[in-house]
Amino acid sequence: MNRWTSFNKFSLTLGFGFLYLPILLLIVYSFNESKLVTVWGGFSTRWYTSLLENEALKDAAWVTARVAFTSASIATVLGTLAALALTRYTKFHGRVLFSGMIYAPLVMPDVITGLSLLLFFVAVNLDRGIVTVILAHITFSMCYVAVVVQSRLLSFDRSIEEAAMDLGATPTRTFLQVTLPVIAPAVVSGWMLAFTLSLDDLVISSFASGPGATTLPMKIYSQVRLGVTPEINAVSTILVTIVTIGVITASIINKRREVQRQRDEQAAFAQG
Amino acid sequence: MKSLGSIRRSFAPWTDPSAKPYISFRNVTKKFGTFVAVDDLSLDIYHREFFALLGASGCGKSTLLRMLAGFEQPTSGEIILDGVNMAGTPPYRRPVNMMFQSYALFPHMTVENNIAFGLKQDRMPKNEIADRVAQMLKLVKLEKFATRKPHQLSGGQRQRVALARSLAKRPKVLLLDEPLGALDKKLREETQFELMDLQQDLGLTFVVVTHDQEEAMTMADRIAVMAAGKVNQVATPAEIYEAPNSRFVADFIGDVNIFDGLANPSQGGDLDIAVAEGFTIRTPVGGADVRGATRGFAIRPEKIRVTREAPADAGINSVRGEMWDIAYLGDMTVYIIKLPNGQTVKASSLNAQRSVENPLGYDEDVWISFDGDAGVLLKD
Repeated sequence: MNRWTSFNKFSLTLGFGFLYLPILLLIVYSFNESKLVTVWGGFSTRWYTSLLENEALKDAAWVTARVAFTSASIATVLGTLAALALTRYTKFHGRVLFSGMIYAPLVMPDVITGLSLLLFFVAVNLDRGIVTVILAHITFSMCYVAVVVQSRLLSFDRSIEEAAMDLGATPTRTFLQVTLPVIAPAVVSGWMLAFTLSLDDLVISSFASGPGATTLPMKIYSQVRLGVTPEINAVSTILVTIVTIGVITASIINKRREVQRQRDEQAAFAQG
Repeated sequence: MKSLGSIRRSFAPWTDPSAKPYISFRNVTKKFGTFVAVDDLSLDIYHREFFALLGASGCGKSTLLRMLAGFEQPTSGEIILDGVNMAGTPPYRRPVNMMFQSYALFPHMTVENNIAFGLKQDRMPKNEIADRVAQMLKLVKLEKFATRKPHQLSGGQRQRVALARSLAKRPKVLLLDEPLGALDKKLREETQFELMDLQQDLGLTFVVVTHDQEEAMTMADRIAVMAAGKVNQVATPAEIYEAPNSRFVADFIGDVNIFDGLANPSQGGDLDIAVAEGFTIRTPVGGADVRGATRGFAIRPEKIRVTREAPADAGINSVRGEMWDIAYLGDMTVYIIKLPNGQTVKASSLNAQRSVENPLGYDEDVWISFDGDAGVLLKD
């Protein structure tokens, strides 16, 4: 059943075309000489150069980076703690309710999350700015972290924690020296997920943001409303490149580790 | 005086009334919800003893071990270790170390770091840690694997790392939870003797949990046979085998034939049991008055003789039957003899000679017989 039929080729082309043609178009036009987005005027990198002089865009990028880094880090801590609590203390009342509530924000429409956060910030009289954007991002991304870490913890062999305590490690040291290193890959992917989500969030940021806290997606969106400039294509291309490099590196590292591990195990069993 | 089996003669603190137990379980009960895992259990274990908790899965033996390690708290009762009541002492402050069934090695640490983990928790100076780790690696013959990670080791090597790690802190008591369960048969047998030597050399108290009776018999000074959260019998392997105190223990350890019948005194101070199989068992009275009671008589297969000719005193400690099955096992041959009432009896004989003239065959009429004191009168 491994035949390379024309139907297979067709559906593959169609699928990938759907996914990547728009992005490809964006990348190609970012190298367009012409100021008109839809007319090809020859190859050039001038929009990348002009990007370097666009202070507003650079500011927005800096805000986004700070927001993404801070919110992902805090969300990772909170999400990991939530995951630990939900997998470890299985005998409290309303546990099912709580674990269900962890998933709820994942399916909640962004508009509703954004609006409720805005109402909350107004109610507690918190001035909107970068702090509120960070708080808003933590709110929705910690659920993702919790879900990722929770799935790792479910397959976690608790006896290694017991072994650590048996050997004299207090619960805190057990967590820091044994539990955390073992679940670290899940925590890191949780962080990366939170970082990415924060990086490209537009709706919630728009609700939570205030003066001086314009994130890159917000900036791009507002500029596009005044007409797409090739600069936007260029900045988007840079974003796509960063994400692509990240994804590819992560999967190469994972693949290598897996191969190495298999080889080690085979070697060990060959020796008996 | 006749003694049961062979024992480490110099070592039997449990026979000395003045000896102080090292570990004491006093009326310990552990409930999980409504399930009673350990039921009002009392048990003494002595210093330098190799003690085995033997039982089928779910009998409470692992729970008992986990309570000693501090992972579970008794619902009631107390555990005394070296004179100290362990109630409320968390696992990380107990002078015991445990070797886990799954080994529970830290996957992200090398073999040396696994072994050094406990020592680092005690903030032992670095050079002392290095010395102790080297010593432990030598003990378990893993010097060449010091920098490997657990997933780079075979099952047997992992087992030895787990052992080295649990011994590194020189605990007062080493707890072993099914220590050899994951090894294949040959490696398991070798490791049994290694563990015994180690325990002797280090002079430690070992408490091992196992469901494998052969393992318990091989290694332990004493065995506690457990079922349903209670200890049925605590005794040396030889006593457990030759003098089981109950039907359960007799049946649980090794093969056994049990004959039931009405017990009555006979001449000469012996006891006659008229068993359902249609003959009489004449056995020395064990001290207890059992006149008129229905009792069981347990006898091991290797203590039953199988012959073509009727023995003297036919009908007393002997009965006629039909050879039903023969299993040749190399070192010995097992016979299954069917008695007139349909009951089968298992007998075995050692193949001391390479060949036998005119061996017993299928469907032959044979006599089984045994000595009156070769079996044991059960209390139930």
